[in-house]
Amino acid sequence: MSLIEITEVRKSYGTNEVLKGINLDVEPGEVIAIIGKSGSGKSTLLRCINGLETITQGSISVAGAQLIDDEVHLKALRLKVGMIFQQFNLFPHLTAGGNVMLSQSVVKKTAKAEAEAMARKMLDRVGLGHKFEAYPDELSGGQQQRVAIARALAMQPIALLCDEITSALDPELVAEVLAVVRELAAEGMTLLMVTHEMKFARDVCSRVVFMHQGRVHEIGPPEEVFANPKTPELQQFLGMH
Amino acid sequence: MIEFSIWDILRNLLLATRWTILLSLVSFVGGGAVGLLLLFLRISKRKAVRAFAKYYIELFQGTPLLMQLFLAFFGLGLFGIDVPAWLAAGLALVLWTASFLAEIWRGCVESIARGQWEASASLGMGRLQQMRYVILPQALKIAVPPTVGFSVQVVKGTALTSIIGFVELSKAGTVVTNATFQPFTVYGLVALIYFALCWPLSKSSQILERKLNVAHRNH
Repeated sequence: MSLIEITEVRKSYGTNEVLKGINLDVEPGEVIAIIGKSGSGKSTLLRCINGLETITQGSISVAGAQLIDDEVHLKALRLKVGMIFQQFNLFPHLTAGGNVMLSQSVVKKTAKAEAEAMARKMLDRVGLGHKFEAYPDELSGGQQQRVAIARALAMQPIALLCDEITSALDPELVAEVLAVVRELAAEGMTLLMVTHEMKFARDVCSRVVFMHQGRVHEIGPPEEVFANPKTPELQQFLGMH
Repeated sequence: MIEFSIWDILRNLLLATRWTILLSLVSFVGGGAVGLLLLFLRISKRKAVRAFAKYYIELFQGTPLLMQLFLAFFGLGLFGIDVPAWLAAGLALVLWTASFLAEIWRGCVESIARGQWEASASLGMGRLQQMRYVILPQALKIAVPPTVGFSVQVVKGTALTSIIGFVELSKAGTVVTNATFQPFTVYGLVALIYFALCWPLSKSSQILERKLNVAHRNH
């Protein structure tokens, strides 16, 4: 059984179908890059996996937790997959440490001392142990995104969804965030990332998914997909980069 | 004919001011509690619940406070319930205040970026936990100045309760005028007392707005 099973997933907004029957199985430890033009449905697919969007048809399960649209099932699913966003979405009224501690104590009812120890450990892991007391607006974009990663990791998910996590960053800050992701991949974390960083996808990912008009258009190991694209759409997409 | 000194007039007005202040406090605190409940209903995930809160708010904002006072005072009387003026006044003002505060606060909650809801949801928080730990602490900062500002409307709103016979500052003004035949002096003093109650509230709303630096932080 695969870790993440996406079966015949369809998603419509009104009459506009943005996902037209997606099938994708992800094994534990895989790092998957989802690439494609904007509007191809890649972000929507990622957001469906942890229930930020409801699906119209099909099924998604993560390590046995089914995507069902009620609070109990969603919570069970979300404890297994963390998500990192393009806009960081840190809680501005809490310090970096507070951001990482909050969901542990609220959702998992972890004791304060334990949550704090975990928060320090995770901030250390992303290289921000010294910023525990800093508020988000005192941090650079790259630092904020690393705090967001620490916040997701503190819930000990078995997979992470990354939705264009470097797209809102200044070019010189991209590397520090990708370094953290690269490390996570090396440690065996299962990652699904929507990205425009083609070089990163080529270096780190085990498989690349090319989405086009709501379908998985091409899929395969990066050396194959990048070096030898089969469809004209992918050839054109890669040519643009 | 008995002569009334300014002090006689002022003393009676100030005694009645206690009731204006008490009624304002009750309306504001009670209206705040009901308003918070309405806020949760107004942003509920269920359509019927949202609709109920929406129509409640539209009804109370769309009819004059005076009509609401009449209905509370005379309406319940039709069912054989004897409503004292203070109860009708308190009830109507609480419900009226709630409808405005709920709508002010809804605007504040909705001004919080959608990403905050999504991030907290993706961490496994339920809706109440999201509100309690993520949304309300941020919305509160935005809500303080308009909420304090609205309290001025509540204080002035209490004046209408004089019409159903509740003796607060305005009613006392009428009573004193009938005894002294000095309407200009009496109502002038009444106005000054209202101003003394309201002006500090408006002023503190402005100061809070600057202090909380609503426009700039976190953007």
